[in-house]
Amino acid sequence: MNEPRNNRHGARSGWSWWYLLFVAQFVASLWVSFYNRADPTWIGIPFFYWYQMLWVIIGAILTAIVYFATDA
Amino acid sequence: MCRATDANGAKSKQKENIGRDAVQEVNWVALTIFILLFILITILGFIAANWRKGDLDLLHEWGLGGRRFGTVITWFLIGGDLYTAYTFIAVPALAFGAGAIAFFAVPYTIMIYPILFLVFPRLWHVCHKHQYITAADFVRGRFGNRWLALATAITGIVATLPYIALQLVGLQVVIGGMGVGGTGYAADVPLVIAFVILAAFTYTSGLRAPASIAIVKDLLIYITAFAVVIVVPIQLGGFGNIFAKVPPAKLLLAVPGPNTTGAYGIYATLALGSALALFLYPHSVTGILAASSGHAVRRNAALLPGYSFMLGLLALVGFFAIATGVSGLPEFVDGFKSFGNSFAVPALFLHSFPSWFVGIAFAAIGIGALVPAAIMSIAAANLYTRNIHREFINRNPTDKQESQMAKWVSLIVKFGALAFIVFVPQQYAIYLQLLGGIWIIQTVPSVMLGVYTRWFNDWALLIGWAVGIVAGTWMFIAANLTPNFPLAIGGYTFPGYSALYTVILNLVVTIVLTPLFNAVGGRRRDATVAADYFA
Repeated sequence: MNEPRNNRHGARSGWSWWYLLFVAQFVASLWVSFYNRADPTWIGIPFFYWYQMLWVIIGAILTAIVYFATDA
Repeated sequence: MCRATDANGAKSKQKENIGRDAVQEVNWVALTIFILLFILITILGFIAANWRKGDLDLLHEWGLGGRRFGTVITWFLIGGDLYTAYTFIAVPALAFGAGAIAFFAVPYTIMIYPILFLVFPRLWHVCHKHQYITAADFVRGRFGNRWLALATAITGIVATLPYIALQLVGLQVVIGGMGVGGTGYAADVPLVIAFVILAAFTYTSGLRAPASIAIVKDLLIYITAFAVVIVVPIQLGGFGNIFAKVPPAKLLLAVPGPNTTGAYGIYATLALGSALALFLYPHSVTGILAASSGHAVRRNAALLPGYSFMLGLLALVGFFAIATGVSGLPEFVDGFKSFGNSFAVPALFLHSFPSWFVGIAFAAIGIGALVPAAIMSIAAANLYTRNIHREFINRNPTDKQESQMAKWVSLIVKFGALAFIVFVPQQYAIYLQLLGGIWIIQTVPSVMLGVYTRWFNDWALLIGWAVGIVAGTWMFIAANLTPNFPLAIGGYTFPGYSALYTVILNLVVTIVLTPLFNAVGGRRRDATVAADYFA
């Protein structure tokens, strides 16, 4: 479980365009007027709730993409 | 996490002396399983001292587990640290009482992970390089001003103390839920026992104890969360039926009227402000710095949303409690009378599950209180020892003196929190914890932006911090002891989280004053160089 340390080099000292993927999570989370609605429901769950839960998963995937794109 | 969850629930019907008058029968099966699991984690907490063995007379061994935790342990540790018992009780309680606003915890936890990914690996690297163990250590090195470091340390300690106290509320609620009660202070005996155990293994094993216990606790919490989200909807005939029973006013946020951002603004600013504040809490920093590499931190930014998903599921449990109508059932009248909406989750479990499973679920919540309480007390102890005692009282302690001091402080902090919850009305702890969020966010410029830039002047940062603290405290009071301030600009009102408003003010003050102070007094030396911030 101990990762090798200090043996990789990458672009993480500076900017990466991949970081722009993070903007999506902020827009999706802060645009409340878009998701404050009941329809469409999914298995009986109002849109407001399943939309935000879905973005937890999308956010994790986007973060993983940025990780692999910038750290490899 | 979720310091602002009581935004509306703050005025919930919490009685001052909770748990004093429960007359419910003791649930022996649940209690036995609860106690067995507590014994298990107690043993684990003590033998953890020998796990990845290090010299516990060194502060970074006791207080950061020797910085040896890889991706998986870090996941359990930070997850167990941030998603606390208070969260598991308070978020569903807020959903139960106030409805949709409680779900702000979900966008909040969506936004924390980009921040974790971008900022905190840099903090990890610079702290590893310079052997810093607290955020205030970093500020001291980066900006060369011990008063700014002191402000950072005190903010962290003060924000943490009421948070520890509130963990006990989670413990109290589940103990009360099993029918264990008494009159007067006798009601607090189980709480005191749990806390003495906590104090003892934290003293002995340091951060290794909560790290090992977190694994057990998190597995129990996941089992519990998934069981409740699968079983209860089946019992109630599907999610459609459940949401049909939620009153329309609670189902969605109120649509804002003219000339105001209304509930939308509150929701968005609570989420964003809480997200900015979260990783500045000392217990968050401690969890991050205990990782073995920046990679472990970065990987966790993608893996920790697993906990966010579970938190969202648990928020729904508040609605399950509405749908089952537990608050109207005679057997739970006393519980709701004693604990207010916080009793919604325990009542739902008692209503929907066999006793043996109630024991597991309650143990998950109870242990879920001990893990963050341990980490918080260690983090506060690290801050006091490094940034107050060593800086201002004894400048050259031996390693052993330093770690011994931290161990004692961790005890004092915990018993302070215990005394607070036993002797002071719980509502004060809630107010202080809400204020703590407003205070801790004021360290954004020096810590979070500080890992990216040394541009700010140290005195400008200190004045910006002070302005933010004062303005935030004033807003909290002006808003009738709630964290949502109705900011009026022109003919518009923007009700929102005062933490976010005041940290912007703080930043503006800092930016305006920086060139002025630089012109007058020059600037301090930065002990760090750009290469320290990445591998």
